[in-house]
Amino acid sequence: MSNIEHPLPYASFESLGYWEGTGRDELVLQRCNKCQIVQHRPRGICVNCLDASNLEHFVASGKGTVYTYTVTEQNQAKGFAKACPYVLAYVDLEEGSRILTNIVDCEPYDVSVGAEVMVKFVTQERPDTESFAVPVFTLS
Amino acid sequence: MTSNQFPTNIAIAGVYEHESRFSPDKTEFQIMAECAKGALDDSGLALADVDGLFGASMTMGMMGIVDLAEYLNIRPSHIDGSNIGGSSFVSHVNHAAAAINAGLCDVALVLYGSTAASNAMAIGTGGSSGSRNPETAFTVPYGMTTVGSYAMYANLHMKKYGTTSEQLAEIAVTMRHHASLNPLAKMRKLITVDDVLSSRLISSPLHLLDCCIISDGGGAVVVTSLERARDLRSKPIQILGCGEAVQHQGVGDTDLLTIAAKQSGNQAFAMAGLKRSDIDLAMIYDSFTITVLATLENLGFCKAGEGGNFVTGGNIGLKGTLPVNPDGGGLSSNHPGMRGIFLIIEAVKQLRGECGERQLDSPETALAHGTGGTIGDKHSGATLILGVTQ
Repeated sequence: MSNIEHPLPYASFESLGYWEGTGRDELVLQRCNKCQIVQHRPRGICVNCLDASNLEHFVASGKGTVYTYTVTEQNQAKGFAKACPYVLAYVDLEEGSRILTNIVDCEPYDVSVGAEVMVKFVTQERPDTESFAVPVFTLS
Repeated sequence: MTSNQFPTNIAIAGVYEHESRFSPDKTEFQIMAECAKGALDDSGLALADVDGLFGASMTMGMMGIVDLAEYLNIRPSHIDGSNIGGSSFVSHVNHAAAAINAGLCDVALVLYGSTAASNAMAIGTGGSSGSRNPETAFTVPYGMTTVGSYAMYANLHMKKYGTTSEQLAEIAVTMRHHASLNPLAKMRKLITVDDVLSSRLISSPLHLLDCCIISDGGGAVVVTSLERARDLRSKPIQILGCGEAVQHQGVGDTDLLTIAAKQSGNQAFAMAGLKRSDIDLAMIYDSFTITVLATLENLGFCKAGEGGNFVTGGNIGLKGTLPVNPDGGGLSSNHPGMRGIFLIIEAVKQLRGECGERQLDSPETALAHGTGGTIGDKHSGATLILGVTQ
């Protein structure tokens, strides 16, 4: 269960491909085809060759494992104060990068390091902006 | 690569820790100015002697160091307002030593002041609720907090090495014992491991008493050449080595348990030409109990995974093999938002033998390590090794 009101992320030119992907319920990662590096967060350059010409987006499987996590019992910030306790986690993706996320639709203390998880997209309609989708994960 | 030939001709000539833990009637710059007076008086130098100004704070923005020079009505020839988080002041002393050695200034004043408590800042649990910053686009939607990031480090350490909440609690208990001997400390009532474990969870596995307190406060450090310091009022404390480092998530492939302290510590020890066992006192930034454990391991005082055992049984107490934070640290003495400057101040006072009931038995070397930012996410580390002069 999650009643987090995810704050709106700021999509820069560099991360537009990622946030357009989440709008299609796709987890999109970035790869440099010259260096064979998968990088997250997305950047305007490959961190190895500092060049953009071989960068491409690809759709990840959405499968991963919990690298580590915490059950957040206190966060006064808007959107989170009423959602406590909620699970904050790093998930190692099948394709070889790591993403900060929330694990939802479970008892928070049922999450463990190494647990297998699957992506899910939470679309939020907001009066102050266009709708947007945030990738979160559920226990497999 | 850095040279191992660090100038050993630089010394800390004066220090001062602001006595207040709650100053609703003062501004940050006012606290800094009072600390400047305290440290200059301690050294026997005057404000007119200062030609290098270093400082950072929670609220100083662009050109903040210029604002500070104006407030103090001084016109230094070397300024450095770099802000790398709570480790900034350890880094400022490192930079001051290099600047003095290069002839860019002669007397450097390093300043910090904060009214974090009287401003009721929620430092550890105040997650961001929005940002127009592309760097935070991937953290803001998920309710990342400072304590949450350290908690994720702790859970990973527990899973990998079997570290326990009881072991982390012992760090808080030891810091509180030290604070009970420090008349300036904010929290002086002794606590037990059970007290820590029965305090409410903030972000699992970290409890309220695993977290540092929030206070007001400030401090100042005066750095000059050893030659000049020898003729001044207080016993000079020599700078033997230093190091700085940055750690972050990279492209999503970083070992979370390896923190900046590993790199900065190796650099500082190489410069000083000392072994870990040569260090008599460690001043370790203790934003949370896990910060101490992570830093001790990464500095090489024990192997990765052995931190839990290292911090138990009184080993980091005043009579342990490596006393840590005799002042009570950020967990019990003071934590006005950025704590780095107090690591240096207590190290210097201990090396001079001025610490009363909590004084160690004639320490000759001390290490101070500041962490800035967030372990488990991006952070900076700055290490300083100090020694008494022969």
